[in-house]
Amino acid sequence: MRLHEYQAKSVFADAGIPTPDSRLATSVDEAVDAGRDLGYPVAVKAQVHVGGRGKAGGIEIATDEAGLREAAESILGMDLKGYHVDRVLVESAVDFTNELYLGVTMDRGEGEPVAMVSSEGGVDIEEVAAETPEAIAREGVDPAFGMHPYQARKAVYEAGVPRDVSRAVASVLETLYDLWEANDASEAEINPLMVTDGGDVVAADAVMNVDDDALFRHPDLADMEEESYTDDLERKAGEYGFDYVRLSGNVGIIGNGAGLVMATLDLVDHYGGEPANFLDIGGGAKAERVANALDMVFSDPNVDSVVFNIFGGITRGDEVARGINDALSQFDEIPKPVVVRLAGTNASEGMEILDTDLVQVEGTLEDAVQRAVANAEEVPR
Amino acid sequence: MSVLVDEDTRVVVQGITGGEGKFHAGQMIEYGTNVVAGAVPGKGGEEVHGVPVYDTVHEAVRREDADASVVFVPPAFAADALFEALDTPLDLVVAITEGIPTQDMATVNRRLRDTDTHLVGPNCPGVITPGEAKLGILPGNIFASGKVGLVSRSGTLTYQVVDNLTSRGIGQTTAIGIGGDPIIGTSFIDALELFEADPETEAIAMCGEIGGEDEEAAAEYIATQMDTPVAAFIAGRTAPPGKRMGHAGAIVSGSGTGTAESKIEALNNAGVPVGDTPEEVADHIEGYL
Repeated sequence: MRLHEYQAKSVFADAGIPTPDSRLATSVDEAVDAGRDLGYPVAVKAQVHVGGRGKAGGIEIATDEAGLREAAESILGMDLKGYHVDRVLVESAVDFTNELYLGVTMDRGEGEPVAMVSSEGGVDIEEVAAETPEAIAREGVDPAFGMHPYQARKAVYEAGVPRDVSRAVASVLETLYDLWEANDASEAEINPLMVTDGGDVVAADAVMNVDDDALFRHPDLADMEEESYTDDLERKAGEYGFDYVRLSGNVGIIGNGAGLVMATLDLVDHYGGEPANFLDIGGGAKAERVANALDMVFSDPNVDSVVFNIFGGITRGDEVARGINDALSQFDEIPKPVVVRLAGTNASEGMEILDTDLVQVEGTLEDAVQRAVANAEEVPR
Repeated sequence: MSVLVDEDTRVVVQGITGGEGKFHAGQMIEYGTNVVAGAVPGKGGEEVHGVPVYDTVHEAVRREDADASVVFVPPAFAADALFEALDTPLDLVVAITEGIPTQDMATVNRRLRDTDTHLVGPNCPGVITPGEAKLGILPGNIFASGKVGLVSRSGTLTYQVVDNLTSRGIGQTTAIGIGGDPIIGTSFIDALELFEADPETEAIAMCGEIGGEDEEAAAEYIATQMDTPVAAFIAGRTAPPGKRMGHAGAIVSGSGTGTAESKIEALNNAGVPVGDTPEEVADHIEGYL
């Protein structure tokens, strides 16, 4: 789960990391009120889950009320890389002499946390990582002990952070690690951490991704998720608890297990079709969950055809078949043709239950995908 | 022959009184697996499928001489169950549980380094040596005994590829589902090393997916350390950059590695053909035999 900038900033501020004064606004008038409270100049920042907001026109600086009104009018309601902007953060602009990068994440290869510092902040840090990896100091952390203060200092010195702020930056890095750990984050980043004329450091941006699997330990963060959806289908997927990704094609795909669902997407592409989505019903799905999955995919107006690919292990074919029947029997006419491929645990029981008046059945993955692609091609566009 | 498990493996099932634990313990016993005990705190003295349940893994191991464990403990308690298993100690621990917080797995992984235990998983379908034993949730009926080793990051993709193999009469020595989480016990390289050392394994099918760099590392290992031929499938060619596809692991970083292209290129450079479809993987394997 990705937090919005304003949500992440509140978590960072609560942990003691300096952040600029700011107000959230959902209308131009609220933005203008915020400007009056904060004083000028202010930054107006779109609150959507995309990177590179600045380049895409989602961040503007306003030096007076007229400028703020204009910025808020242009950003609120805009479409930013496919996301509708319905709220902005209005924030005191920071005068800075230097921009740094701080981040904490899980190093998959090492199987342990890693803290990172770069004196080349304020830019696309992934580009820096790809082109000049030596510009990022990395410090692996033993998860049994957490980050020792010397490790934070070491990373800060190695990154060549200006000496007059090295102590302050190390302290922010320690705090960032602690809050990363305490909140079960997968990523916690500050880019940029601004160094002011007066030698203070301020987190001008804040990124935090929380491990979905750990949300049960963090009800406060789980509540934030409610406010973080900006797309109706994503909201629905969140309510149903599905792993769902919307794509640009017209063949709807439902399957069990991320690897098999991805392979199904790849096969749709291989046979000349275009996947409309990734939807993993997960392991051990019961009939109701299967019905919810069909509801999700039918809700996407781009979908012309659906393929259901189930290879049961912990998931049982009879449960899946029951779910498909339940979902489809509610329609007088099935909205989009559905092809089903059912294999593995209790597949033969499932095939007996499955109402073949409602769906088309194929015996192999390849046949099922080809039929779904053909079904989609028959729909006039 | 087989790797990791065989008909003599003595298995304790952690979480045997839960819904999934009970169902799959039954399936494992039906398959012929030597399930000797269950371990569930507070349920000591009960029996499930005629198997005695103990309060602790220690007691189960001591009383029933178990040497492997399968973990069906819910995610919130799974890390603790794994620490308990690693403290016993067992030769093999298979963690089926899906959704264990990544930071929990980092601490488990840290402890694992100080043990001699093989951990497979978590979030995996388990390990099966067809005709001898299965530890996990794999549907036994699709497997057949034979000469192909299989290692996969995805459970259902494992079943798909096995189905493609078995349906044309190609059996397996052992199949290992290593799981798709960011932090796992047994890696591709660990599994490949086991198969390379197994004289019965004549070819290996490997199923990877986007995210991480394990496939790239495996390619390097195959090129420099292995004689057994490998064919691969990589899921996620059509995944858009930056989108999370199910597993926490399956995220494309955008920095070049971790993509399907990067993995396919690395494998091709190591002499490993990568099928466009699971059927094509079976074609390559057939060619090796």
